Amino acid sequence: MRIVIVGDGKVGSELSVQLSEEGHDIIVIDSNKSVLREAVEALDVMVVHGNGAALRVQTAADVAHSDLLIAATSADETNLLCCMLARKLGCPHTIARVRNMEYASQLFLMKEELGLSMYVNPELTAASEIFRMLQFPSFLQRDSFVKGRVEIVEFQIRDGSKLIGKKLSDLYRIAKVNVLVCAVERGDEVFIPDGNFMLQERDIVFVTASTTDLAKLIRNMDIYQRKIKAVMLIGGSRTAIYLARELLDAGINVKLIEKDEEKSMLLAEILPSATIILADGTEKGVLDAEGIEKTDAVVTLTNMDEENLIISMYADFVGVPKVVTKINRTEYYEVFRDKGIKSIVSPKELCSRDIVRYVRAMQNTLGNAVMTLHRIGQMEALEFHVDENICCVDITLKDLKLKKNILIACIIRGNRILIPKGNDTLENGDDIVVVTTVNRVISDLDEIFDESFLREVREGRI
Amino acid sequence: MNRRMVVYVVSIIMRVEAVVMVPPLIIAFVQKEYSAAYGFIWAIIALVGVSLLAYLVKPKKITIYAREGFMIVAMAWIVVSLFGALPFCISGSIPSYLDSLFETVSGFTTTGASILSNVEAMPMSLLWWRSFTHWLGGMGVLVFLLAIIPLTKNTGHSMNLLRAESPGPQVDKMTPRLHDSAKMLYAIYIGMTGILIIFLLAGGMPLFDSVTTAFGTAGTGGFAILNDSMASYSPYLQTVVGIFMLLFGVNFNIYYFLLLREFKKVLKNQELWLYIGIMAVSVVTITINILPYFDYLFGESLHQAFFQVSSIMTTTGFATANFDLWPQYSRTILVILMFLGACAGSTGGGIKIARVLLLGKTFVRDIKRLIRPRSVSLVHMNGNVVDDDTIRATQSFLAAYIFVGLISVIIIALDNFSLETTATSVVACMNNIGPGLDLVGPVGNYSMFSGLSKLVLSADMLIGRLEIFPMLMLFAPSMWRR
Repeated sequence: MRIVIVGDGKVGSELSVQLSEEGHDIIVIDSNKSVLREAVEALDVMVVHGNGAALRVQTAADVAHSDLLIAATSADETNLLCCMLARKLGCPHTIARVRNMEYASQLFLMKEELGLSMYVNPELTAASEIFRMLQFPSFLQRDSFVKGRVEIVEFQIRDGSKLIGKKLSDLYRIAKVNVLVCAVERGDEVFIPDGNFMLQERDIVFVTASTTDLAKLIRNMDIYQRKIKAVMLIGGSRTAIYLARELLDAGINVKLIEKDEEKSMLLAEILPSATIILADGTEKGVLDAEGIEKTDAVVTLTNMDEENLIISMYADFVGVPKVVTKINRTEYYEVFRDKGIKSIVSPKELCSRDIVRYVRAMQNTLGNAVMTLHRIGQMEALEFHVDENICCVDITLKDLKLKKNILIACIIRGNRILIPKGNDTLENGDDIVVVTTVNRVISDLDEIFDESFLREVREGRI
Repeated sequence: MNRRMVVYVVSIIMRVEAVVMVPPLIIAFVQKEYSAAYGFIWAIIALVGVSLLAYLVKPKKITIYAREGFMIVAMAWIVVSLFGALPFCISGSIPSYLDSLFETVSGFTTTGASILSNVEAMPMSLLWWRSFTHWLGGMGVLVFLLAIIPLTKNTGHSMNLLRAESPGPQVDKMTPRLHDSAKMLYAIYIGMTGILIIFLLAGGMPLFDSVTTAFGTAGTGGFAILNDSMASYSPYLQTVVGIFMLLFGVNFNIYYFLLLREFKKVLKNQELWLYIGIMAVSVVTITINILPYFDYLFGESLHQAFFQVSSIMTTTGFATANFDLWPQYSRTILVILMFLGACAGSTGGGIKIARVLLLGKTFVRDIKRLIRPRSVSLVHMNGNVVDDDTIRATQSFLAAYIFVGLISVIIIALDNFSLETTATSVVACMNNIGPGLDLVGPVGNYSMFSGLSKLVLSADMLIGRLEIFPMLMLFAPSMWRR
């Protein structure tokens, strides 16, 4: 598809990388020439210089013949204007980034008039993602599929856990619910394991389970962590406000540290039931005085990655059970994980994930089978719909030959969620979740099967 | 410097060259030209052999930054020429390797300068190969590669190859994906070549002549398969070739816009209008100037003037008349046209009309600035502001162009020919035209030059085709440091 991205900032560049990797034709509009020069150097995209909300620029980018326009400049008003103009020119889908809370809350009234297909708010998305993490502190990350009915959760095996030395095929007996380990991260490597794989301490395990089974899973797997009752937020950014609201609504105590006086007054006004502390959250003395070691969770939300990292490392050091770190520079992800910072949230990544999902859904109507995409560390999970075009129906999973490092993690048939076993089959109408290690892009369900196997099936030999 | 990547891409180019040597090999067998076939077989074996050796050096990283881009383009053109010369030499048709190399470089760079005095004696397969090098070199060897395979998957690195190989001060891709742009360029190129072949066949030209002439015209090369170039063909055929030379000298983006029906962009293109304007003025004044030579026959004069102007300005170098015998005014105009060249983004050579336009506009702006030191003015072209980097690059291009030309003239002067021969041979080679004046005029050739001069002229052709910098960078020590 032909996609125009207005604004080559954090979200814009993340999107242009992902979408061009997935084979779309990308046109990037920005008013900063040096940013565009870098974009052309790094990616196979076309660039147009100028104000994305100007007719001249949109005509130069041929928005009229594009399938989608994504407006991700720093100004909400520009983004909305971009989308209106694009719609007038005949671009069928538009997505705008809208960060202003007041605008966002009234958008439902004007979605039609503005010609918006979707709007994204990176800070709000980040806040709800963090909230989900704090709901089940045992898990490092959670990712949901099939409208939230299936989850892939990530947890680390603690020293002395009863899971150490257990084969994966025995895991079912311990968990007492249907689970499937779809990936294990050990050191720098990620494995897609088979039944004989043995767990070691400090392994990070990715497990597929139905959302309703999560609580049981935590209890039986001996990974229970105390429910979170008090959270310390550092940095009074927009994300902090959204998050504090959700936490307070859920009856959790919130302590918010902000160093700017004016801002903290504003926070006190918006969040009357939270404790607002006017202090520099990067100072050890301040953190100690506010009782960082006694709090259940620390979320670092300042605008500086470096500050967030330092605070998170300190919180981890003093033994805070759950530490969530907001980070913009995701390219260093592996380094951070290696240093013990495991629960990472990146607003731009979440935001572009939502947009990529939308693009995939759009493509789906054009005949492509991928529905959603999740990136979890070095692993990627994809949701596919099985239709009549797929050739491998009615073959039991144990006979299906998949490519290396690919696993079918879950089958959703009607209302039932199957955690797949050797004797299950794929059937027409199923939704399936496939897990793979990232470095290959899969855009079609057929691509998960071994090629020689696929050929044999097509020729009717199996 | 990612040397492995340079070796890798050049080795792919070598395999591509081996493949395009297959059609002339088949012609050689069909025509029973066994010595030529022998030459092609050995050339293909050498290409495949060396490229397989190079294949052992796999690149660790698929990256092409600006300097790798220049390096790959320069190396690819040198290597392609070195191996492309083998069939001429091994078959014995051009016994000296140096002469074969000159002929091949002249082919790939679409110059059309020849050391052959009797072209008609050449085997058909070698004539095909000579003309085909024009066609491939016209649009570019690496653009051809980019059209076949997307070299660096999702990164913009291949853009550095296109920038280094495509002519003109500003190189942009027309579609979001470079692979598609390259395919589009070749599609237009192949389409126009096909139309030309049909027109030539319709005029009664034999098939082989039509195809080779079309190759020479499309690449704005100028190798003909007859000793008198185009002179013995009918006026119809000459006119067709004249018009198509003009068309291939136009920026290919214009044809892309025409296909998209964006006529406004075409009409707003100042380079196109200047190109047409210069050509029209030259044709009219030369027509008047040469009237006495054609017994005051206006039609014949116009026909000859148009063909020669079109041929020289697009840097093709076909000839229907010996313009070396024309009055001094006409000769001078033709030499000036040699410098100007065709449009940027075309298959033609020379300084390029876009650069001339840009330099002229900058000149006017600087004069204005001298008069009013506080005035603020920018250089506009085709409705857009041209940034200072582009202007500076264009000015240093011109400076480098003059230096390289002067040094070449000094070396060629050692051969002790007339100033006209010496100067125009360099001009004709650097601008990829072919014929110059005096001894290297339309009826002359380059065989009398010494070995050193032939090497210098070969280098000039490559320098001219790749627009100076990629070749000059090979001599910069920092280019070779790790």
